[in-house]
Amino acid sequence: MNISSSSMVEKAADATARATPTSVAHRVRGLSDRAIAWIFVTPTIILLLAINIFPLIWAIYLSFTNYRANRPNAPVQNVGLSNYERVLTDPDIWQAMQTTAHFVFWTILLQTVIGFTLAYLIDRKFRGHAFWTTLILIPMMLSPAVVGNFWRFLYEPQIGLFAYAVSLVTGIPTADIQMLGSVSLAPWAIIIVDTWMWTPYVMLICLAGLRSIPDYIYEAAEVDRASAWRQFWSITVPMALPFIMLAVLFRGIENFKMFDMVTLLTGGGPGSTTEVASITLKRTAFESWATGRASAFAIVLFVAVFGLANIYVKALNKVKQR
Amino acid sequence: MQKTLKALLGLGSALIMPLALPNIAKADQLTLCWAAWDPANALVELSKDFTAKTGTEMKFEFVPWTSYADRFLNELNSHGKLCDLIIGDSQWIGGSAENGHYVKLNDFFDKEGIKMDDFVPATVVGYSEWPKNTPNYWALPAMGDVVGWTYRKDWFERPELQKEFKEKYGRDLAAPKTYDELKQIAEFFQKREIDGKTVYGASIYTERGSEGITMGVTNVLYDWGFQYDNPDKPYEMNGFVNSPDAVKGLEFYKSLYDCCTPPGSSNVYMVESADAFKSGQVAMQMNFAFTWPGLYKDEKVGGDRIGFFPNPAEKKHFAQLGGQGISVVSYSDKKDAALQYIKWFAQPEVQAKWWQLGGYSCLKSVVNAPNFASSQPYAQAFLDSMAIVKDFWAEPSYATLLQDMQKRVHNYVVAGNGTAQEALDGLVKDWTEVFKDDGKI
Repeated sequence: MNISSSSMVEKAADATARATPTSVAHRVRGLSDRAIAWIFVTPTIILLLAINIFPLIWAIYLSFTNYRANRPNAPVQNVGLSNYERVLTDPDIWQAMQTTAHFVFWTILLQTVIGFTLAYLIDRKFRGHAFWTTLILIPMMLSPAVVGNFWRFLYEPQIGLFAYAVSLVTGIPTADIQMLGSVSLAPWAIIIVDTWMWTPYVMLICLAGLRSIPDYIYEAAEVDRASAWRQFWSITVPMALPFIMLAVLFRGIENFKMFDMVTLLTGGGPGSTTEVASITLKRTAFESWATGRASAFAIVLFVAVFGLANIYVKALNKVKQR
Repeated sequence: MQKTLKALLGLGSALIMPLALPNIAKADQLTLCWAAWDPANALVELSKDFTAKTGTEMKFEFVPWTSYADRFLNELNSHGKLCDLIIGDSQWIGGSAENGHYVKLNDFFDKEGIKMDDFVPATVVGYSEWPKNTPNYWALPAMGDVVGWTYRKDWFERPELQKEFKEKYGRDLAAPKTYDELKQIAEFFQKREIDGKTVYGASIYTERGSEGITMGVTNVLYDWGFQYDNPDKPYEMNGFVNSPDAVKGLEFYKSLYDCCTPPGSSNVYMVESADAFKSGQVAMQMNFAFTWPGLYKDEKVGGDRIGFFPNPAEKKHFAQLGGQGISVVSYSDKKDAALQYIKWFAQPEVQAKWWQLGGYSCLKSVVNAPNFASSQPYAQAFLDSMAIVKDFWAEPSYATLLQDMQKRVHNYVVAGNGTAQEALDGLVKDWTEVFKDDGKI
C-alpha cells in the first residue's frame, strides 16, 4: 500500500467514525478483533451444535437405553452395552454390512474406471466434446426417485428395454431376464443403475484433475521422446491420482449410505439380498421403533465410516505430498 | 413512552393477526387422515352430507399406501394435531390404544346408543377392540376389507378352453373352491396364447418392503392350519406357527409363485396385482376387495368379463382381513366435533350410502339386507369373504412382527433360500425375541 492510498483509507475511516453515533462507535472500537470474530462465528457454532452435535450426543445417550420413540410414556431404562452387543452379534446386521461393502466396492471400482476413461477421452477436446460432456452429465442431474422408477420399468422382463436388449444380444428369452427378482442379478441391477447415475460425477472430478496438469510437463516428456503410454503412466495417472482418490472418497461415503435407489428398485429384496445397512437401520428405527438399538447401530456405522474416511484422508494427503 | 407502547402493540397485533385468523377460520373444520385410494374418494363424496347437515367443513389428508403407515404413525407418535379423525390400519389398534393415541369410545357409544352388536363381529374384533375379544373399543368399523380373488370370466367361459380343461382335469373350468383347484387353473393358463398374447396363471402378493407378501402368504397359510399361537397359551408359537401343516402351506405358496405367476412378479402388492389383471396378463388375481369396484368398472376387463370369488379352502377356510376402523385422535383440539362425525357415520342410512358410493360398510343392517348380495356383482363374494376372516397380530409391536415375517417368507418364496421349515422356525425365533423384549413371555 503506498502512502497516498493509506492516507485515503484513514480519511475514509475517520469519516465513517464521525458518521457513526458516538456510543456505537465507542462500543465497536472497544472490541478486539477476536471479539468481533466471535460475534460473527457464534451463530454458526450455535446452529452446528443444535443441528449436528446435540443429535449426535443424544443418539449416543439413547444407544445405552431401551427407549422406543413410539412409546414416549414408557419408562426409559439404562441397558448398558446390550444394544451394542445385539448390533454386533446380529447376523442380519452383518449380512447387511457385507451387502453394503459389496455395493461400495463394485460401484466405486466401476465408476472410477469408467469415469476416468470418459474424462480422459473428453480431455482430448475432439469435435463436439462439449455436447458429449453435457449428455454424459444428464443422469447425475436427475432425482434418484426418477432414476429408480425409470430403471424399474427398464428392467421389466415383459416390457422393459433392458431385457429386450439383453435378449437381442444373448438370445435368452426376455421372461428369463429378471433383473430385480433374481438373487444373483438384483445386486447387479442396483450397481448398474448407480454406476449409470454417478459415473459422470467421478468423470467431472477426474476431468478437473486432468485439466490441472500443466502442458509443459507433457512438452518436456515429448522432448525426452517419452511414449504416449509412458506419459500416461508417469505423468497423467500420478498427477490425477489425488483427484481420483477424492472422487473415491466422496462416492465411498455416499454409497455407504445408499438408500433411495435400493428402496425404489428392490425394497431390499429378493429376500434380504439387497438389504444394505441404511435400510436395516431405517427398519430398526422407524418400523420396529427400537430407537435405542437403532441409535447403537447408527453410532457403529458412524464410527466405521469416520474411521475409514480418516485413514483414507491420511493416505490421500501422502499422495498429494509426493 | 406512550407512543412507543402503542407502536409495540400495533406491531404485535400485526404479527399476531395472521397467525390467529386461520385458527378462527378452522374452528368449524375437521381433518380426517386416511390412505389415498378409491374408498377415500368415496368418503369425500359421502362427507359432503355431513358438512351440509352440520356446517362442519371436512378436510382430508390422504397419503399413498406406501407411506401411509410411516406418515401417520409418526404423526401419532409425535402427538401431532394434524388429524382429528384417523382411519388407521387394523394392526395399529394395539399400539394406538396402549400408547394413548386414540380416544376410548365406550362411553361415547353408550351415550349415543351405538351398539357394536350392530356391526359384523369379525370387523369389531379386527378394527375396534383392544385387547382382542374384550369390550374395549377404540374405533368404529369403517371400511370392511378382505383378501379375495378376481378371475377372467370371459376366458373361463370360452368353449374351447372349457373343453380342453375338462379333458385334462375331469371337471368344469370354473372359479376354484380349493387351492389345489386354483393351482390347476393357474397352470392351465400359464404361458397360454389368448388373442395372440401370452397370458399367465395368477398374480399373487410378493412385495418385500411393507406388508405385501405377508398378507398373501397368511391368506394361504390359514387354510392349511397355520396359527399365530397356542389358543390355550398365548404367545406359545412353537408347533403352531411352524406346524407341519403351516410348512406345507408355505411350500404351496412358493410352488404357486414358481409355476404360475407372470415374469417379474418378485415385488407385487395391491397396485401391481391390479395392473397385471387390468392389462390382461393373468387369468386370476389375488387382491383386497376394495379393488373390486374399480376393476368391475374397467372398460377392458370389467363388466361381464370379470368374476369374483372368495379365498379357496384347503383343510380349513379363512381369508386375510384388511380394512380399518375410524378413530378420534386423542391429541385433537376438536374431539367433540370428531365424535359427532363418528355418530353421523354410524347411522344406517349413511352406511347404506357408503356402500353405494364404493365404500365397504361393516354394518349388519347394510350387509344383511335382502338385496345386498345382488346389489353389486362382487357383493356375494365380499359377504362370503367377510365370514371367514382372520387378522395378523395387532400387538403394539406388530410392525416388528410384520418385518420379521416379510423377511423370512420373502427369503424362502421369492429368493428361494432354505426350506419352508427353516423359514417358519426362524420366524418363531424372531417373534419369540420380540415378545421377550415386550415382556410378554
